[in-house]
Amino acid sequence: MELEDGRFELREIQKLEGHTDRVWSLAWNPVTGVAGIPYVFASCSGDKTVRIWEQSPSTASWECKAVLEDTHTRTVRSCAWSPSGKLLATGSFDATTAIWENVGGDYECVSTLEGHENEVKSVSWNASGTLLATCARDKTVWIWEGEQGNEFDCVAVLQGHTQDVKMVQWHPTMDILFSCSYDNTIKVWADEGGDDDWACVQTLGEPNNGHSSTVWALSFNHSGDKMVTCSDDLTLKIWGVDTISAQSANGYAPWRHLCTISGYHDRTIFSVHWSREDIIASGAADDAIRFFVENKDKDGLVDGPLYKLLMKEEKAHDMDVNSVQWSPGEKRLLASASDDGTIKIWELAPVSC
Amino acid sequence: MVSGLINANPVVYEKKERRVRSAPSDADEYAVESIDQQEVFDHIRDIKDPEHPYSLEELKVISEDAIEVDDHRSYVRVTFTPTVEHCTMATIIGLCLRVKLIRSLPSRYKVDIRVAPGTHSTEAAVNKQLNDKERVAAALENPNLLDMVDECLAPSYE
Repeated sequence: MELEDGRFELREIQKLEGHTDRVWSLAWNPVTGVAGIPYVFASCSGDKTVRIWEQSPSTASWECKAVLEDTHTRTVRSCAWSPSGKLLATGSFDATTAIWENVGGDYECVSTLEGHENEVKSVSWNASGTLLATCARDKTVWIWEGEQGNEFDCVAVLQGHTQDVKMVQWHPTMDILFSCSYDNTIKVWADEGGDDDWACVQTLGEPNNGHSSTVWALSFNHSGDKMVTCSDDLTLKIWGVDTISAQSANGYAPWRHLCTISGYHDRTIFSVHWSREDIIASGAADDAIRFFVENKDKDGLVDGPLYKLLMKEEKAHDMDVNSVQWSPGEKRLLASASDDGTIKIWELAPVSC
Repeated sequence: MVSGLINANPVVYEKKERRVRSAPSDADEYAVESIDQQEVFDHIRDIKDPEHPYSLEELKVISEDAIEVDDHRSYVRVTFTPTVEHCTMATIIGLCLRVKLIRSLPSRYKVDIRVAPGTHSTEAAVNKQLNDKERVAAALENPNLLDMVDECLAPSYE
């Protein structure tokens, strides 16, 4: 069934309560939800804790399996699982990044990464799980390399943003790092010499059809030749790269603006996530979740919009939606986190007649 | 006289008379009460200036006219006027306004805070910071800043 032909509805599967303050972010464990392994995800909050949620195989409902507390002393802003699903990194306003390991069902803090001057806002693992990137209000991006025995060494401190850095995200297949900022730009970082010689290779800003206010988040499509960014300027932007020239150039080729999705959101767009099936989900301060797909039927118009709204869930939460994340595995599951302190699990399903 | 204050001699204005809110006698006590300009003003008029023993109302930093309310859309915008153009206290005043409204209004409300156009030298930067909820959340976890805000929000004894 072609996505753009079908009518979809968003079913609320479960509302998860437990956090006592706004939920900033969540992350699905990438090796769960497949081969009979129950789904697991982590959420982090202004209540200074991280919660681990697992779907019960018998009842299919999600339960809180662990509360990771007494490590971060301020808001936990961001969390990310390593590709193997064995380690969880959490970044906090307390200026530290913690690394957690699941040891027989208990989560132990096995390492604390210190160095940022102030609030850590985002953490991201590269595709192989060997590198971790962090960013902070101190305007810097740090790259850490995992060593034996959960030791992490800082291999690069990247300076270039002129304001706080909101999010870091590795490319899904190549060791190219992307960061977006309160300075309205997205920066692309590459290890040019291959010897931890990291440098900014491109800045996507307003002169390149970029955003005119804070860029809050970014996400890649499955193949990694497109990227979507979301902003306080109330737009989403799609960027593309020529993968063939990227491969021949040993990783990096310039990204260019493909289109701007505007006119849908009323308030700041905080989160965007691109699914394996090319459905873009966005979460915003207007309490709504929206879904966009490529517009393959342009009514013969050459200049027709490249992306169109698939559907929207108007009152998805009682307050701002801070994070939307598609699940791994076959199901079309989406989790959302909100200022209302709850997490919701949704299923995007074709309308049954 | 050498003064450490940003604005050592602010103009102080008279306070507006407090109107008694009239409630219709046959009001359904379970009905959702709508929020208007006057109610929002009442929530913030007594906030103390960070530098002076006067309220934001007395310094004409805020006025009822500079409050926009759309109760149907659960939206409030407060526009404030710093007493001097280079006032470094503008972000603190904005933070006080935001915190007071977070504490006073129902959570469904969306609040925008801004300095009046043309009244501050770094207007865009101040507005951007005041409306970035991540920056606001981080600021409110800073004990020194929170103390300053709580000081301004403390009830005055007249």
